[in-house]
Amino acid sequence: MSFTSASFLLFAVLTLLLYYTLPKRWQWILLLGASYVFYFFAGAEYLLFILFTTAVTYLCGHLMQKRADAEDAFVEANRETLSKAERKEFRAAEKKKRFRILLMGLLLGFGVLAVVKYTSFVLSGISSIGQAFGAAPLRIPELLLPLGISFYTFQSMGYLIDVYRKTARAEKNPLRLALFVSYFPQLIQGPISRFGDLAPQLFSEHRFDGFRFRAGLGRVAWGYFKKLIVADTAMIAVKALVENKDGGFTGVYVLLLILLYSAQIYGDFTGGIDITIGFSELLGIRLAENFDRPFSSRSTKEYWRRWHITMGTWFTDYVFYPLSVTKSMQRFSKWSREKLGTAVGKRLPVYFATVTTWFLTGLWHGAGWNFIVWGLLNCLVILVSQELQPLYDRFNRHFPRLTASRAWGAWQALRTFLLMGLIRSLDCYRNVPTTFRMWASMLTDWNIGELFLGGLTSFGLSVSDWCVLLGGILLLALGSRLGKKRPVREWLAERPILLCAALCLLAVAILLFGAYGIGYDASQFIYNQF
Amino acid sequence: MKKKILCCAALLLATVLLLGFLQLLLMPKYMADKQEGALVGEYYRETTAHDLLFIGDCEVYECFTPPTLWEEYGVTSYIRGSAQQLPWQSYYLLEEMLKRETPKAVVFNVYALKYGTPQNEAYNRMTLDGMQLSREKLSAIRASMTEGESLLSYLLPLLRFHSRWDELSAEDWQYLFHRDTVSHNGYLMQTGILPKTSDREGVPLADYTLPATAMFYLEQMRLLCEEKGVALILVKAPTNSWRYYWYDEWDAQIADYAEANRLSYYNFIGLDGEIGLDWSTDTYDGGAHLNVYGAEKLTSYFGEILCRELGLTGHRENAEIAAVWEEKLDAYKQEREKGNTP
Repeated sequence: MSFTSASFLLFAVLTLLLYYTLPKRWQWILLLGASYVFYFFAGAEYLLFILFTTAVTYLCGHLMQKRADAEDAFVEANRETLSKAERKEFRAAEKKKRFRILLMGLLLGFGVLAVVKYTSFVLSGISSIGQAFGAAPLRIPELLLPLGISFYTFQSMGYLIDVYRKTARAEKNPLRLALFVSYFPQLIQGPISRFGDLAPQLFSEHRFDGFRFRAGLGRVAWGYFKKLIVADTAMIAVKALVENKDGGFTGVYVLLLILLYSAQIYGDFTGGIDITIGFSELLGIRLAENFDRPFSSRSTKEYWRRWHITMGTWFTDYVFYPLSVTKSMQRFSKWSREKLGTAVGKRLPVYFATVTTWFLTGLWHGAGWNFIVWGLLNCLVILVSQELQPLYDRFNRHFPRLTASRAWGAWQALRTFLLMGLIRSLDCYRNVPTTFRMWASMLTDWNIGELFLGGLTSFGLSVSDWCVLLGGILLLALGSRLGKKRPVREWLAERPILLCAALCLLAVAILLFGAYGIGYDASQFIYNQF
Repeated sequence: MKKKILCCAALLLATVLLLGFLQLLLMPKYMADKQEGALVGEYYRETTAHDLLFIGDCEVYECFTPPTLWEEYGVTSYIRGSAQQLPWQSYYLLEEMLKRETPKAVVFNVYALKYGTPQNEAYNRMTLDGMQLSREKLSAIRASMTEGESLLSYLLPLLRFHSRWDELSAEDWQYLFHRDTVSHNGYLMQTGILPKTSDREGVPLADYTLPATAMFYLEQMRLLCEEKGVALILVKAPTNSWRYYWYDEWDAQIADYAEANRLSYYNFIGLDGEIGLDWSTDTYDGGAHLNVYGAEKLTSYFGEILCRELGLTGHRENAEIAAVWEEKLDAYKQEREKGNTP
């Protein structure tokens, strides 16, 4: 049941009607039922996977909590008799036991993800190596990839780590935990929520709040606008440019692809998240924001603080920081400082953790070398920028007026946008050597003139499609600009008549200009595949 | 507060009206081009009942002419056929028609029985969009949808035709609120001549069994006619080009079915001499379909059989019906004349 299907709209309206008419204490039970119905429609066979992850998460969380409670009770009961050192020793021993449970949970949770998502990738790699040495090719099994498995696995495993760290208490009620794992608006493309933020909202009672409801409605409509008008129109061209890459779409067309794919993925992903967050607002639930006008970022590091925020913070909190403070990393740090000097020595562990984090980020996005290279290239840009920071600082000191100007800021944003777009094109071609070849063609094929000789309409977009797309992008930019201090929808929510007019206009625009139905490829949200 | 609610309600109403207007504007009109798409809807303009109802695909609306049946036999008839009209579409159209009237007989052209699955969205649209909203229409849509089609887009055609905004023509504005009548009681006149030059046979098939789904709907038609006390007559138009070939094996199955159920089945293929067909002048597309001259000959020939078999005596004495039909006949003759004028 895609967000853009009529069945989802009907499902959403029915859920909302029941949500606000049933007794409030049943609201979370209704959400749980709705979530499983939603997932059932995605594929009944997927239910097994989410049930397994939920069961593992519940059991491991429950066991860790039991141990943690017993540990606290023991320490409290023996506070007088045990010395500080003994207490510390006892807690360390208990932590180890909890860690074993955590490890089991992580292995089972991530294990399922690894098996369904990466088996084919690993086996094809092994098969390729084997074939190079004359072995017969391996038969690669086609495994089922449950919808949204990366998202709900990360959310569940984050919860387990929080319970292990004692930053969250394990949920006693398995049904409530099941809702946390399967909450349907965010099930298939995030945001990746934290238990401490989401759970209290899921289980509390919600009264109908007119203002929030109107704001949520505005956000949902805006999300559909982004997806159906901007993303899906851009997709027509992106698809044609990629599929016919060998038919002459090189040089300037690659640049066009980069720009169009940026529009597509922005409209698609932020549109999907707007629908998710907006629909949650209709239910009275506030989800974490996942984007903060990322295309106005002035550096890669800033970009990644503003794009897919919840995934970035997940990797930072659960991979980068823990990895940086492991005992072995500390030993490595000490060793490198001694052997390689302070300058290099202090960088190496950070680099190692950064590279590992980005490698995993790439792998999270998909089982393919293009995703891994995508992750590592992002990492490279961040590390190089970090190394060049002293140089930038000197430049800033020498040209303070220039670097403080708006034009300089705009240049930095444009540079970051293009660089990120370039790296992102690995996602389009899905093949590393092809992508590199296409990048090189931007320097070798000077075919810009073709664009004005019918080239702009040679990849599926008619003149009217271009007008719709550019108009849509302009509106997105305007919305982003106007909503810098306060989201436009909140301003509109205080003015119901204006909001109603805006919703009517959006509905007409989407119905008329949206790239949906026969004649257009049915387009799922890009992040559903992750 | 009350004012705000009223304003919002007015805005919503205005939006619904605007969307309704856009739907009327964006739906294809099928007036100048692809007129087949306008055929199904024209049935609802009929003011008198009919002795005969023809149903089927292009072979009915190109091969039988109701004005000729009137002129020669005083028999009233209507053709409910459209391009590639599939057996289940014919069945549901028949069900809808038999709710409105009880003819003496239903004539079904069997060529479309070769189809067992939904075929083409564009043809589906030409048949289904013209139907008025009814239980039969919903059933026909459900049975006909190809991959990617949705029931909702038939109920709200704006969802299907929204992208036509950049290809609107003067025709779309001209026929915003009305349509001209393009057929003569369902007959779509073709006055051109393109002689048949080849007697090529159709390509051999791996399996000549007519699809079970198609035969199921034929059976449904038979049961429906039986229930309503209407005779069901099966026909195969005389056209048999290699592109739209009627295999002997198919014919045998229909003949067996007709015999088993005591139905009349007339296969006009090969009866050129009796009918008087001349393939150098009586087809407009090299033998795939008849033109008006061929259709008139076939209708004249078949009309005699029908009158004999069904005991039809005609309605010439009924002044009211005669007035309606003479007007139809005039319009038919005028168009025929226009077509003959170079």
